[in-house]
Amino acid sequence: MSEKPLLNVEDLNLYFRSSKGIVQAVDGVDLQLDYNDATVILGESGCGKTSFAKAVLRLLPRNVESYCGSVELDGLNLMELNDEDFRLQARWVRMSLVPQAAMNALNPVMKVGDQVAEPLMLHQGMTKNQAMEQVEDMFKRVGVPVDFLDRYAFELSGGMRQRVIIAMALITTPKLVILDEPTSALDVLTQANIFNLLKRVKSEFDVSFILITHDIATSSELAKNVAVMYAGQIVEVGDAKRFFDEPLHPYSDKLMASVPRLRGNQELEFITGKPPSLINIDMGCRFAPRCPKRFDKCDQEPPVFEIGSRKVKCWLYEEK
Amino acid sequence: MADDVIEALEKKENQEPSESEWKETGNGPILSIGNLRVWFELKKWGFAHAGYVRAVDDVSFDLEAGGALAIVGESGSGKTSLMKTILGLYEPHEGKIVFEDRDISRFNKKELDWYRSKVGFIQQDPYGALPPFMTVKTILEEPMKINDVKDPKEREERVLKVMEEVRLSPPQEYLEKFPHMLSGGQQQRVVIGRAMIMEPDLIVADEPVSMLDASVRVEILKLLESLQKSHNLAVIYITHDLSTVRYFSDRIFVMYAGELVEKAEVEQILHNALHPYTKALLKGTSEPDARNADIIKEIPPGEPPSLVNPPSGCRFHPRCPKKIDGLCEIKVPPEFEPAESGHLTACWLYDNDVDKT
Repeated sequence: MSEKPLLNVEDLNLYFRSSKGIVQAVDGVDLQLDYNDATVILGESGCGKTSFAKAVLRLLPRNVESYCGSVELDGLNLMELNDEDFRLQARWVRMSLVPQAAMNALNPVMKVGDQVAEPLMLHQGMTKNQAMEQVEDMFKRVGVPVDFLDRYAFELSGGMRQRVIIAMALITTPKLVILDEPTSALDVLTQANIFNLLKRVKSEFDVSFILITHDIATSSELAKNVAVMYAGQIVEVGDAKRFFDEPLHPYSDKLMASVPRLRGNQELEFITGKPPSLINIDMGCRFAPRCPKRFDKCDQEPPVFEIGSRKVKCWLYEEK
Repeated sequence: MADDVIEALEKKENQEPSESEWKETGNGPILSIGNLRVWFELKKWGFAHAGYVRAVDDVSFDLEAGGALAIVGESGSGKTSLMKTILGLYEPHEGKIVFEDRDISRFNKKELDWYRSKVGFIQQDPYGALPPFMTVKTILEEPMKINDVKDPKEREERVLKVMEEVRLSPPQEYLEKFPHMLSGGQQQRVVIGRAMIMEPDLIVADEPVSMLDASVRVEILKLLESLQKSHNLAVIYITHDLSTVRYFSDRIFVMYAGELVEKAEVEQILHNALHPYTKALLKGTSEPDARNADIIKEIPPGEPPSLVNPPSGCRFHPRCPKKIDGLCEIKVPPEFEPAESGHLTACWLYDNDVDKT
């Protein structure tokens, strides 16, 4: 294994134009991910977590105002590539995506087998027969019956569709798979089965996952590291073991206290107020207006403080 | 789904029956369901009978006034069909629904309108449940217009009162807003306000928090809980998420493939689940714990069965890790009460006469 991380994102910005002003959806995000690792990006809706995935994969909408920073994947500087090279060398070759609402991400008028074969034919120049052989093999490994190859998406149940999408993301053996809310529309048991599958895939295929979700409880099924996102910025990064026991940032703390649990007697809390608009953001810490531990210094933007291997963007952790 | 409810409610031209027509009920159950079956007929070529979808099969329970009941099940378990039948939107194939000592299947239109003003409905997707071209004020006034509250002043007073109750305050700030101008949590408050405005005795909440963010979810759960206590409401809370249930309900019914497989108090289910399906559900529900990442959970494979041809005998048997050969796939299990009283489960494992080897 090389010493450099698989993915190294530094100061990534993605701003959109809108009729009301510039939306700072992703603002100065740093993130590192090792080979065969898993990081969860936690955040509420509108915090920019899906925009982050799109920025890394360069799946940009038309109204982009600015898109800059540095993204290095597997030794390749992605920001220097032009769109065609990016398609040939990065997307679906080194990294792939399991999109949000995967239930509806399949083409309804194509057989699922053909859809899964498509990346192989496009990116690795295989013939259809060669590709279909690999697809068959992949279906077996993700637990889809092989006779589903000739079915259409509407003939499959939600869990099976999700498995097909996962098969499609893995078919080109990428190093990185970004999972955007992969199980949010699935039933409890199906969801648990999918996470079992992802855990097995991770050890068998030597791939890394970025899991983007708002569901803190299920995110722990996969997480080695946790990054918490709030209003376009990452406010805390650290390893999962310590994060779930003792979150550092006041926002993470509140978020953990709002998770309903099966057992135990702790009182549930909620965060008053709502996340700020990402247009015309005020100076200072973005969580300050809702923060219970706010003090004078929070009017200035906090830098990132390092506490052991963990990082947190909060003035409370400034060394005195 | 939400639309047809609104439509059904809106179609009605309603008159509340005079008070004397209904005697006040005593301490009996507010809602009593007996051997309810909701089957949908399947047709071949548009007319020939081709079997039934057995969405709800032989369900019975009582709900006391002021009691909170959670129905937990996966999609396709029939929980929505059960809910819609209780709301009077589907006609049962067989069985009885008795609300405050009256059989709702015998209601005429007028009585059905009265019934619907007594039963509030909270939809899952607040944005889908609110008409986009109506302001908050019109949305909240609508049920009163339908139910003949003619005095505009009284209507406005009740709107303001209900908005304070669901904590949309100050109400003036929200009255003239349209649903798209509100956040998800505020939209859900409007939906709850609309369900509360006729001062119902029973609220049916269909996954009221599943579309909301974690931090807002708790806020809404707490709001529902406080409304339930302050108004002594009976609540049927329908969900797939076991972890939110205990903040809100006294009893849980677990539903699988159209049948209730386990009925118990919340704590009994969480600490001493009996049915293998309930156990699997508990195991499948994650707690935020980093150790989860290293464990592969034992989860029954497969998916809930089709309700057109449900498995014979116990409907869970094809996925059940503890299946008893020669019994589970043949005979439908009755309800057993092996542990505490009131903790019922439909599973052959708890029949003392069965040889479990």
